[in-house]
Amino acid sequence: MRHQIRVEVNGKSHEREVEARQLLVHFLRDELRLTGTNVGCETSLCGACTVWMDGKAVKSCTQLAVQADGCSVTTIEGMKQGDTFHPVQEAFWECHGLQCGYCTPGMIMAAGALLKENPSPSEAEIRQSLKGNLCRCTGYQNIVKAIAHAAQGGAQ
Amino acid sequence: MFPAKFTYHRAASVQQALELLAAHDDAKLLAGGHSLIPMMKLRLAQPPAVIDIGRIAELSGISRDDGSIRIGALTCHADLAASELLRQECPLIAEAAATVADPQVRNKGTIGGNIAHADPASDLPAPLVACDATIHLLTADGSREVVASDFFVGLLTTALGEKEVITHLSVPAQTIGTGSAYLKVEHPASGYAVCGAAAAVTVREDGTCAAAALCFNGITDSALNARAVAGALVGSSLDDDAIDAAVDGHLTADDPLGDVYASGEYRLHLAKVQGKRALKLARDRARG
Repeated sequence: MRHQIRVEVNGKSHEREVEARQLLVHFLRDELRLTGTNVGCETSLCGACTVWMDGKAVKSCTQLAVQADGCSVTTIEGMKQGDTFHPVQEAFWECHGLQCGYCTPGMIMAAGALLKENPSPSEAEIRQSLKGNLCRCTGYQNIVKAIAHAAQGGAQ
Repeated sequence: MFPAKFTYHRAASVQQALELLAAHDDAKLLAGGHSLIPMMKLRLAQPPAVIDIGRIAELSGISRDDGSIRIGALTCHADLAASELLRQECPLIAEAAATVADPQVRNKGTIGGNIAHADPASDLPAPLVACDATIHLLTADGSREVVASDFFVGLLTTALGEKEVITHLSVPAQTIGTGSAYLKVEHPASGYAVCGAAAAVTVREDGTCAAAALCFNGITDSALNARAVAGALVGSSLDDDAIDAAVDGHLTADDPLGDVYASGEYRLHLAKVQGKRALKLARDRARG
Protein backbone atom coordinates (compact mmCIF):
# COMPACT_ATOMS: atom_id res chain seq x y z
CA MET A 1 0.00 0.00 0.00
CA ARG A 2 1.34 3.42 -0.93
CA HIS A 3 0.47 6.71 0.65
CA GLN A 4 0.11 10.14 -0.85
CA ILE A 5 2.10 12.68 1.13
CA ARG A 6 2.75 16.37 0.75
CA VAL A 7 5.89 17.72 2.39
CA GLU A 8 7.29 21.22 2.17
CA VAL A 9 11.05 20.90 1.78
CA ASN A 10 13.24 24.00 1.79
CA GLY A 11 10.20 26.14 1.06
CA LYS A 12 8.97 24.08 -1.87
CA SER A 13 5.96 21.78 -1.70
CA HIS A 14 6.42 18.21 -2.92
CA GLU A 15 3.72 15.60 -3.43
CA ARG A 16 4.75 12.00 -3.73
CA GLU A 17 3.38 8.51 -3.29
CA VAL A 18 5.54 6.63 -0.83
CA GLU A 19 5.68 3.21 0.72
CA ALA A 20 4.76 3.26 4.40
CA ARG A 21 8.18 1.96 5.41
CA GLN A 22 10.15 4.58 3.52
CA LEU A 23 12.30 6.58 5.92
CA LEU A 24 12.35 10.36 5.69
CA VAL A 25 16.08 10.36 4.89
CA HIS A 26 15.50 8.10 1.88
CA PHE A 27 12.56 10.22 0.78
CA LEU A 28 14.83 13.28 0.80
CA ARG A 29 17.76 11.57 -0.89
CA ASP A 30 16.13 9.14 -3.30
CA GLU A 31 12.83 10.83 -4.18
CA LEU A 32 13.82 14.49 -4.02
CA ARG A 33 17.50 13.98 -4.86
CA LEU A 34 18.55 16.13 -1.94
CA THR A 35 21.68 14.15 -1.16
CA GLY A 36 23.25 16.67 1.22
CA THR A 37 21.61 14.86 4.12
CA ASN A 38 23.80 11.84 4.83
CA VAL A 39 22.99 8.37 6.10
CA GLY A 40 25.48 7.38 8.77
CA CYS A 41 24.89 4.87 11.54
CA GLU A 42 21.19 4.24 10.80
CA THR A 43 20.62 3.60 14.49
CA SER A 44 19.69 7.13 15.66
CA LEU A 45 23.12 7.74 17.14
CA CYS A 46 25.37 9.60 14.70
CA GLY A 47 23.21 12.55 13.64
CA ALA A 48 24.55 12.73 10.06
CA CYS A 49 20.93 12.65 8.88
CA THR A 50 19.79 15.62 11.02
CA VAL A 51 17.23 17.90 9.36
CA TRP A 52 14.70 20.33 10.74
CA MET A 53 11.10 19.19 10.88
CA ASP A 54 8.75 22.06 11.62
CA GLY A 55 11.81 23.96 12.81
CA LYS A 56 13.11 21.31 15.24
CA ALA A 57 16.23 19.22 14.68
CA VAL A 58 15.35 15.56 14.14
CA LYS A 59 17.09 12.46 12.87
CA SER A 60 15.57 11.73 9.48
CA CYS A 61 16.68 8.08 9.63
CA THR A 62 14.28 7.57 12.52
CA GLN A 63 11.20 9.10 10.93
CA LEU A 64 8.94 7.61 8.34
CA ALA A 65 8.29 9.78 5.32
CA VAL A 66 4.55 9.39 6.03
CA GLN A 67 5.12 10.99 9.42
CA ALA A 68 6.37 14.11 7.63
CA ASP A 69 3.12 14.46 5.66
CA GLY A 70 1.99 18.07 6.01
CA CYS A 71 5.22 19.10 7.71
CA SER A 72 7.86 21.60 6.75
CA VAL A 73 11.37 20.18 6.40
CA THR A 74 14.64 22.06 6.07
CA THR A 75 17.76 20.27 4.85
CA ILE A 76 21.32 21.49 4.47
CA GLU A 77 20.42 22.55 0.92
CA GLY A 78 17.88 24.97 2.37
CA MET A 79 20.28 26.77 4.67
CA LYS A 80 21.78 29.04 2.01
CA GLN A 81 19.57 32.03 1.29
CA GLY A 82 20.15 33.13 -2.31
CA ASP A 83 23.89 33.63 -2.60
CA THR A 84 24.39 33.96 1.14
CA PHE A 85 25.48 31.02 3.23
CA HIS A 86 23.93 30.55 6.65
CA PRO A 87 26.16 32.04 9.36
CA VAL A 88 26.84 28.52 10.67
CA GLN A 89 27.96 27.42 7.21
CA GLU A 90 30.22 30.49 6.98
CA ALA A 91 31.63 29.77 10.41
CA PHE A 92 32.40 26.11 9.57
CA TRP A 93 34.30 27.45 6.55
CA GLU A 94 36.11 30.16 8.55
CA CYS A 95 37.06 27.90 11.47
CA HIS A 96 37.69 24.77 9.40
CA GLY A 97 35.00 22.93 11.33
CA LEU A 98 35.32 19.76 9.25
CA GLN A 99 37.73 17.31 7.76
CA CYS A 100 36.08 14.60 5.67
CA GLY A 101 32.76 16.46 5.72
CA TYR A 102 30.47 13.48 6.17
CA CYS A 103 29.03 14.60 9.50
CA THR A 104 28.99 18.27 8.46
CA PRO A 105 25.43 18.63 7.14
CA GLY A 106 24.08 17.11 10.35
CA MET A 107 26.43 19.20 12.49
CA ILE A 108 25.29 22.39 10.77
CA MET A 109 21.60 21.51 11.16
CA ALA A 110 22.10 20.68 14.85
CA ALA A 111 24.13 23.86 15.42
CA GLY A 112 21.61 25.99 13.55
CA ALA A 113 18.82 24.58 15.72
CA LEU A 114 20.81 25.36 18.86
CA LEU A 115 21.43 28.98 17.83
CA LYS A 116 17.75 29.50 17.03
CA GLU A 117 16.88 28.58 20.62
CA ASN A 118 19.98 29.93 22.32
CA PRO A 119 21.75 32.66 20.31
CA SER A 120 24.70 32.94 22.70
CA PRO A 121 25.48 29.46 24.06
CA SER A 122 28.38 28.72 26.39
CA GLU A 123 31.01 26.25 25.26
CA ALA A 124 29.43 23.65 27.54
CA GLU A 125 26.01 24.25 25.97
CA ILE A 126 27.50 23.91 22.49
CA ARG A 127 29.13 20.61 23.42
CA GLN A 128 25.91 19.35 25.04
CA SER A 129 23.94 20.27 21.93
CA LEU A 130 26.22 18.10 19.80
CA LYS A 131 25.59 15.00 21.88
CA GLY A 132 23.59 13.49 19.04
CA ASN A 133 26.18 14.20 16.34
CA LEU A 134 29.32 12.13 15.91
CA CYS A 135 32.47 13.25 14.11
CA ARG A 136 35.25 10.75 13.57
CA CYS A 137 37.87 13.20 12.22
CA THR A 138 38.06 16.54 13.95
CA GLY A 139 37.97 15.76 17.63
CA TYR A 140 35.19 18.38 17.72
CA GLN A 141 37.50 21.29 18.62
CA ASN A 142 37.00 23.26 15.44
CA ILE A 143 33.33 22.37 15.25
CA VAL A 144 32.80 23.88 18.69
CA LYS A 145 34.89 26.92 17.68
CA ALA A 146 32.85 27.33 14.51
CA ILE A 147 29.54 27.31 16.37
CA ALA A 148 30.85 29.83 18.91
CA HIS A 149 32.07 31.97 16.01
CA ALA A 150 28.65 31.80 14.33
CA ALA A 151 26.99 32.77 17.61
CA GLN A 152 29.25 35.81 17.96
CA GLY A 153 28.37 36.78 14.40
CA GLY A 154 24.70 36.83 15.34
CA ALA A 155 23.44 33.71 13.56
CA GLN A 156 19.68 33.74 13.07
CA MET B 1 18.32 -0.49 6.79
CA PHE B 2 14.56 -0.13 6.73
CA PRO B 3 11.59 -1.84 8.35
CA ALA B 4 9.80 -4.91 7.07
CA LYS B 5 6.56 -4.16 5.25
CA PHE B 6 3.56 -3.06 7.26
CA THR B 7 0.29 -1.31 6.69
CA TYR B 8 0.15 2.26 7.95
CA HIS B 9 -2.94 3.78 9.53
CA ARG B 10 -3.20 7.29 10.88
CA ALA B 11 -5.60 7.82 13.77
CA ALA B 12 -7.24 11.22 14.02
CA SER B 13 -8.60 10.61 17.52
CA VAL B 14 -8.12 8.25 20.46
CA GLN B 15 -11.43 6.65 19.56
CA GLN B 16 -10.19 5.93 16.07
CA ALA B 17 -6.92 4.55 17.45
CA LEU B 18 -8.93 2.10 19.58
CA GLU B 19 -11.01 1.06 16.57
CA LEU B 20 -7.87 0.50 14.51
CA LEU B 21 -6.34 -1.52 17.35
CA ALA B 22 -9.48 -3.65 17.47
CA ALA B 23 -9.33 -4.23 13.73
CA HIS B 24 -5.63 -5.11 13.45
CA ASP B 25 -4.09 -7.88 15.49
CA ASP B 26 -0.48 -7.39 16.59
CA ALA B 27 -0.57 -3.77 15.53
CA LYS B 28 1.85 -1.31 17.11
CA LEU B 29 1.12 2.29 18.05
CA LEU B 30 3.51 4.87 16.62
CA ALA B 31 3.98 8.10 18.57
CA GLY B 32 7.38 9.77 18.12
CA GLY B 33 8.78 6.53 16.75
CA HIS B 34 12.09 6.73 18.57
CA SER B 35 11.74 3.35 20.26
CA LEU B 36 9.58 1.58 17.68
CA ILE B 37 11.27 2.63 14.43
CA PRO B 38 14.78 1.55 15.53
CA MET B 39 13.30 -1.80 16.62
CA MET B 40 11.58 -2.15 13.26
CA LYS B 41 14.71 -1.19 11.32
CA LEU B 42 16.67 -3.87 13.18
CA ARG B 43 13.75 -6.25 12.46
CA LEU B 44 13.46 -6.95 16.16
CA ALA B 45 9.86 -5.82 15.69
CA GLN B 46 7.89 -6.64 12.57
CA PRO B 47 4.34 -5.51 13.25
CA PRO B 48 1.95 -6.16 10.39
CA ALA B 49 0.22 -2.85 11.06
CA VAL B 50 1.35 0.48 12.49
CA ILE B 51 -1.18 2.93 13.88
CA ASP B 52 0.15 6.47 13.93
CA ILE B 53 -1.25 8.35 16.93
CA GLY B 54 1.37 11.09 16.67
CA ARG B 55 -1.08 13.82 15.64
CA ILE B 56 -3.80 13.35 18.24
CA ALA B 57 -3.74 16.77 19.92
CA GLU B 58 -5.71 15.64 23.00
CA LEU B 59 -2.86 13.27 23.94
CA SER B 60 -0.28 16.04 24.22
CA GLY B 61 0.63 18.68 26.76
CA ILE B 62 1.30 19.25 30.45
CA SER B 63 -1.32 20.80 32.72
CA ARG B 64 -2.34 21.13 36.34
CA ASP B 65 -5.17 18.81 37.39
CA ASP B 66 -6.17 19.44 41.02
CA GLY B 67 -3.28 18.29 43.19
CA SER B 68 -1.44 16.53 40.39
CA ILE B 69 0.20 17.25 37.09
CA ARG B 70 -1.26 15.68 33.98
CA ILE B 71 1.22 14.74 31.28
CA GLY B 72 -0.20 13.74 27.89
CA ALA B 73 1.29 10.54 26.49
CA LEU B 74 2.52 12.33 23.36
CA THR B 75 4.50 14.96 25.25
CA CYS B 76 8.06 14.84 23.94
CA HIS B 77 11.14 14.75 26.15
CA ALA B 78 12.19 18.27 25.13
CA ASP B 79 8.82 19.63 26.30
CA LEU B 80 9.07 17.69 29.58
CA ALA B 81 12.55 19.11 30.18
CA ALA B 82 11.50 22.68 29.36
CA SER B 83 8.18 22.73 31.22
CA GLU B 84 8.11 25.38 33.94
CA LEU B 85 5.12 23.66 35.55
CA LEU B 86 6.96 20.36 35.73
CA ARG B 87 10.16 22.02 37.00
CA GLN B 88 8.17 23.53 39.84
CA GLU B 89 5.85 20.66 40.71
CA CYS B 90 7.65 17.46 39.60
CA PRO B 91 11.24 18.54 38.90
CA LEU B 92 12.53 14.96 38.99
CA ILE B 93 10.75 14.14 35.74
CA ALA B 94 11.96 17.29 33.98
CA GLU B 95 15.51 16.63 35.18
CA ALA B 96 15.45 13.04 33.95
CA ALA B 97 13.85 13.96 30.61
CA ALA B 98 16.68 16.44 29.96
CA THR B 99 19.17 13.55 30.10
CA VAL B 100 17.39 11.33 27.54
CA ALA B 101 19.67 10.65 24.55
CA ASP B 102 20.32 13.89 22.64
CA PRO B 103 18.43 17.00 21.47
CA GLN B 104 17.17 15.43 18.23
CA VAL B 105 15.78 12.39 20.03
CA ARG B 106 14.23 14.57 22.74
CA ASN B 107 12.43 16.57 20.05
CA LYS B 108 10.60 13.46 18.85
CA GLY B 109 10.58 10.78 21.54
CA THR B 110 7.50 10.83 23.77
CA ILE B 111 6.88 9.88 27.40
CA GLY B 112 4.13 7.45 26.38
CA GLY B 113 6.32 5.73 23.82
CA ASN B 114 9.21 5.61 26.25
CA ILE B 115 7.27 3.85 28.99
CA ALA B 116 5.40 1.55 26.60
CA HIS B 117 8.76 0.37 25.25
CA ALA B 118 10.12 0.00 28.81
CA ASP B 119 13.79 -0.25 28.03
CA PRO B 120 15.42 -1.01 31.40
CA ALA B 121 18.19 1.51 30.62
CA SER B 122 15.92 4.39 29.64
CA ASP B 123 15.63 7.40 31.92
CA LEU B 124 11.95 7.88 32.76
CA PRO B 125 10.83 4.67 34.51
CA ALA B 126 12.72 5.14 37.83
CA PRO B 127 11.70 8.80 38.28
CA LEU B 128 8.08 7.90 37.53
CA VAL B 129 8.15 5.16 40.16
CA ALA B 130 9.91 7.46 42.64
CA CYS B 131 7.27 10.17 42.05
CA ASP B 132 4.40 7.73 42.46
CA ALA B 133 3.07 8.44 38.97
CA THR B 134 -0.11 6.83 37.70
CA ILE B 135 -0.49 5.71 34.10
CA HIS B 136 -3.92 6.12 32.54
CA LEU B 137 -4.95 3.56 29.94
CA LEU B 138 -7.92 3.41 27.63
CA THR B 139 -9.55 0.44 25.92
CA ALA B 140 -12.71 0.08 23.92
CA ASP B 141 -14.36 -1.13 27.16
CA GLY B 142 -13.30 1.77 29.33
CA SER B 143 -10.37 3.21 31.18
CA ARG B 144 -8.10 1.97 33.94
CA GLU B 145 -5.22 3.29 35.97
CA VAL B 146 -1.97 1.54 36.83
CA VAL B 147 0.58 2.90 39.27
CA ALA B 148 4.08 3.15 37.82
CA SER B 149 5.51 0.53 40.19
CA ASP B 150 3.02 -2.02 38.79
CA PHE B 151 3.27 -0.80 35.19
CA PHE B 152 6.90 -1.80 34.62
CA VAL B 153 6.79 -5.58 34.71
CA GLY B 154 10.14 -6.64 33.25
CA LEU B 155 12.47 -6.38 30.30
CA LEU B 156 10.57 -4.46 27.58
CA THR B 157 7.40 -5.66 29.29
CA THR B 158 4.64 -3.58 30.87
CA ALA B 159 1.09 -3.93 32.12
CA LEU B 160 -0.14 -2.27 28.91
CA GLY B 161 -2.57 -4.54 27.06
CA GLU B 162 -2.33 -5.11 23.33
CA LYS B 163 -5.53 -3.22 22.65
CA GLU B 164 -4.88 -0.41 25.12
CA VAL B 165 -3.71 3.15 24.57
CA ILE B 166 -1.77 5.19 27.13
CA THR B 167 -3.63 8.50 27.24
CA HIS B 168 -1.74 10.34 29.96
CA LEU B 169 0.18 10.13 33.21
CA SER B 170 -0.63 11.89 36.42
CA VAL B 171 2.05 12.76 38.92
CA PRO B 172 1.33 14.16 42.38
CA ALA B 173 2.70 17.68 42.78
CA GLN B 174 5.58 17.46 45.21
CA THR B 175 4.82 18.57 48.74
CA ILE B 176 6.53 21.41 50.59
CA GLY B 177 9.90 20.34 51.95
CA THR B 178 10.53 17.87 49.14
CA GLY B 179 13.67 17.74 47.05
CA SER B 180 14.63 15.35 44.27
CA ALA B 181 17.53 14.48 42.00
CA TYR B 182 18.27 12.28 38.99
CA LEU B 183 21.89 11.29 38.53
CA LYS B 184 23.01 9.15 35.65
CA VAL B 185 26.10 7.28 34.59
CA GLU B 186 25.45 6.91 30.92
CA HIS B 187 26.81 4.57 28.32
CA PRO B 188 29.24 6.81 26.42
CA ALA B 189 28.11 5.64 22.99
CA SER B 190 24.37 5.11 23.32
CA GLY B 191 23.55 7.61 26.06
CA TYR B 192 21.41 5.00 27.80
CA ALA B 193 21.68 4.72 31.57
CA VAL B 194 24.23 2.23 32.88
CA CYS B 195 22.90 3.46 36.20
CA GLY B 196 20.30 6.17 36.67
CA ALA B 197 19.45 7.04 40.25
CA ALA B 198 16.19 8.86 41.02
CA ALA B 199 15.85 10.11 44.58
CA ALA B 200 13.19 12.14 46.37
CA VAL B 201 13.09 13.07 50.05
CA THR B 202 10.71 15.14 52.13
CA VAL B 203 12.16 16.81 55.22
CA ARG B 204 10.28 17.91 58.32
CA GLU B 205 10.87 21.30 59.90
CA ASP B 206 13.30 19.72 62.36
CA GLY B 207 15.33 18.39 59.42
CA THR B 208 14.41 14.73 59.80
CA CYS B 209 13.07 12.61 56.96
CA ALA B 210 9.29 12.40 56.54
CA ALA B 211 9.32 10.43 53.28
CA ALA B 212 11.88 9.05 50.86
CA ALA B 213 12.07 7.22 47.56
CA LEU B 214 15.06 5.79 45.72
CA CYS B 215 14.70 4.07 42.35
CA PHE B 216 17.12 3.05 39.63
CA ASN B 217 17.24 2.59 35.88
CA GLY B 218 19.75 0.26 34.30
CA ILE B 219 20.30 -2.03 37.27
CA THR B 220 17.56 -4.64 36.91
CA ASP B 221 15.24 -5.63 34.06
CA SER B 222 12.73 -2.98 35.10
CA ALA B 223 12.92 0.04 37.39
CA LEU B 224 14.42 -1.02 40.72
CA ASN B 225 12.51 0.41 43.66
CA ALA B 226 14.79 0.40 46.72
CA ARG B 227 11.94 0.37 49.23
CA ALA B 228 14.13 -0.92 52.06
CA VAL B 229 16.50 2.03 51.68
CA ALA B 230 13.57 4.45 51.73
CA GLY B 231 12.15 2.68 54.79
CA ALA B 232 15.45 2.98 56.63
CA LEU B 233 15.65 6.70 55.88
CA VAL B 234 12.20 7.70 57.13
CA GLY B 235 12.60 9.25 60.58
CA SER B 236 16.38 9.52 60.20
CA SER B 237 18.40 12.73 60.40
CA LEU B 238 19.21 12.51 56.67
CA ASP B 239 22.78 13.48 57.39
CA ASP B 240 25.50 11.96 55.23
CA ASP B 241 26.13 9.09 57.63
CA ALA B 242 22.45 8.16 57.79
CA ILE B 243 22.19 8.12 54.00
CA ASP B 244 25.39 6.10 53.59
CA ALA B 245 24.23 3.58 56.20
CA ALA B 246 20.76 3.21 54.67
CA VAL B 247 22.15 2.59 51.18
CA ASP B 248 25.01 0.33 52.27
CA GLY B 249 22.77 -1.64 54.58
CA HIS B 250 19.63 -2.00 52.51
CA LEU B 251 20.30 -1.66 48.77
CA THR B 252 20.01 -5.03 47.08
CA ALA B 253 19.07 -6.12 43.59
CA ASP B 254 17.93 -9.53 42.40
CA ASP B 255 19.62 -10.54 39.16
CA PRO B 256 21.30 -7.25 38.28
CA LEU B 257 21.78 -6.77 34.54
CA GLY B 258 25.24 -7.45 33.20
CA ASP B 259 26.84 -7.14 29.80
CA VAL B 260 30.29 -6.75 28.28
CA TYR B 261 30.26 -3.10 29.21
CA ALA B 262 29.18 -3.32 32.84
CA SER B 263 28.82 -6.43 34.99
CA GLY B 264 25.97 -6.84 37.43
CA GLU B 265 28.38 -6.41 40.32
CA TYR B 266 29.70 -3.15 38.88
CA ARG B 267 26.19 -1.85 38.23
CA LEU B 268 25.22 -2.53 41.83
CA HIS B 269 28.37 -0.70 42.95
CA LEU B 270 27.38 2.26 40.75
CA ALA B 271 23.87 2.15 42.20
CA LYS B 272 25.25 2.49 45.72
CA VAL B 273 27.52 5.38 44.82
CA GLN B 274 24.95 7.19 42.67
CA GLY B 275 22.10 6.42 45.07
CA LYS B 276 23.96 8.11 47.93
CA ARG B 277 24.84 11.11 45.80
CA ALA B 278 21.27 11.46 44.51
CA LEU B 279 19.81 11.23 48.02
CA LYS B 280 22.24 13.85 49.35
CA LEU B 281 21.51 16.20 46.46
CA ALA B 282 17.76 15.68 46.94
CA ARG B 283 18.16 16.43 50.65
CA ASP B 284 20.15 19.61 49.97
CA ARG B 285 17.50 20.75 47.50
CA ALA B 286 14.73 19.95 50.00
CA ARG B 287 16.45 22.05 52.62
CA GLY B 288 16.88 24.83 50.06
